[in-house]
Amino acid sequence: MKRVVLPLLAALAAALWIAPYAWMLSTSLKPLREISAHPTALLPDSPSLSAYRDVFLAIPVGHYLLVTLVMAVSIAVLQVALALPAGYALAKLRFVGRGAAFGLVLACLLVPAQVSFVPVFLLFARVGLVNTLPALVLPFAVSALGTFLVRQALLSVPDELIEAARLDGAGEATIIYRILAPVLTPTLISLFLVSFVFHYSDYFWPLMMTTDESVRTLPLGVALLREQGAGVRWPVVMAGNVVLSAPVLALFAATQKHLVRAVTGR
Amino acid sequence: MSEPVLQPRARWHPWAMLAPSVALLVLFFVVPVGVAAVESAFAWDMLTPPRFVGAENYEALARGGELLRVALRTFAFSALVVVGAMAIGLGLAVLFNRRGRLYAFARGAVFSAYVVSWVAVALLWTWMLDSDSGVIAAALHACGLPRVGFLTDPRVALVTLAGVAVWKIAGYAMIVFLAGLQSVPPDLLEAAALDGARPWARFRWIVWPLLRPTAAFVATTSLVISFQAFDVVRIMTQGGPANATELFVYAIYEQIFLNLRVGRASALTVVFLLLLLFLTGLQLRAWRQRTAA
Repeated sequence: MKRVVLPLLAALAAALWIAPYAWMLSTSLKPLREISAHPTALLPDSPSLSAYRDVFLAIPVGHYLLVTLVMAVSIAVLQVALALPAGYALAKLRFVGRGAAFGLVLACLLVPAQVSFVPVFLLFARVGLVNTLPALVLPFAVSALGTFLVRQALLSVPDELIEAARLDGAGEATIIYRILAPVLTPTLISLFLVSFVFHYSDYFWPLMMTTDESVRTLPLGVALLREQGAGVRWPVVMAGNVVLSAPVLALFAATQKHLVRAVTGR
Repeated sequence: MSEPVLQPRARWHPWAMLAPSVALLVLFFVVPVGVAAVESAFAWDMLTPPRFVGAENYEALARGGELLRVALRTFAFSALVVVGAMAIGLGLAVLFNRRGRLYAFARGAVFSAYVVSWVAVALLWTWMLDSDSGVIAAALHACGLPRVGFLTDPRVALVTLAGVAVWKIAGYAMIVFLAGLQSVPPDLLEAAALDGARPWARFRWIVWPLLRPTAAFVATTSLVISFQAFDVVRIMTQGGPANATELFVYAIYEQIFLNLRVGRASALTVVFLLLLLFLTGLQLRAWRQRTAA
């Protein structure tokens, strides 16, 4: 009996997560008149891509996607690039003030964006940086968690590797980016992916730091689809949802192992 | 924690390596906390000059009972999300902790919700829960059940949002529990099974004690995640109906961007940070237990 019941239960549980995606896809393929006539028909009668066309007409998808990608990639690259030297100094070098610097990193772990957004918004408003890419990128250019994780990973790298590189005449920058970075590849890939996925999907920070079109991101644009005009055109909103989710789901399918590893911290 | 032994080649080297990180962390994490504390003592609408008011912002929030209501509501939401995500995450982890394509696919399906945007999840569930043309209303109707105003009934809306958040993060809890289950020695379970221990007894007396540190870790991380919830509120209910879903971060957002009250928003931010520090204290203890185990 176990042979039948367990797979059945597993399939049922998976369906609870797959069905909403399927519903999103099905809705996005329905023409508008079908949605008003039979909103809960399982499949579209005459599937059409008109809702997708409407998404591209309603919001500048290309522009939003470009802003989102530039923002998320910049953040992920900066986090990795800055965490390496900082983590190296904290893990490997003996100097006065190391404890204080490490304490600062740990303290910043305690302050999420939901706490800092009001003061940071006021700060950016004062220097005229609201509605700019730096307002979206700079606050996340350093990840306290990333710095911490890189430091932890470097602790288990033997000092002899660094000493040998120094004897060979390698500069500190070469040691950090050419010798240690390759050793840490799994950690760095995890850091990059988690950071990219989080900021690609982030709604909170771009909503707070933008008031106009110039650097609006895709999650904001898709959320706006629902607020446009009278009466929600659900096929259009769901088509926007598909456009927003597809890249992340594809990336997830390709890198699931790394993401799982990053989330479980093992 | 042992001291590193390598000497820097030049005394300034470590600080040069740390300079960008330290500068940005101070600017975007330390300074803002100070600014929030200072601004909370002023009344300011971002148009006219700020006016010093002392503790009046805090008093006003406390006097109307708004602060207490928002805090209690946020704790209630978090409690629902934590209990729901943990129970479902643990159940799924135990169910999916098997070899085979079906289970691998199911794990991926559930975890994928944790990866997609809160925006996508919130919009999708708003549509499914729509009281007129939503698929769930139709399903209830087909079963002969009464109509439920999932997002329009003040008594139900908070629970609905918690349910959506559970759907979103149960995969996270499941993945961490699955990692924890790897530390349960299979021989021990086999031996217990040979001794006649039923599945429930094996879980209760062997698996659960080994999972306790993992459970504490999941509980506290999902507590902090749910305590910071904003997107579901902003997209699904805008704090309504009748403020029933106004959670902490949304209340801060309302004060600064809708009411243009920088001082009130800052006072709320300070209280929010203090509550978070308290919760994070719990989290750090759980972390230690997990790494010690």
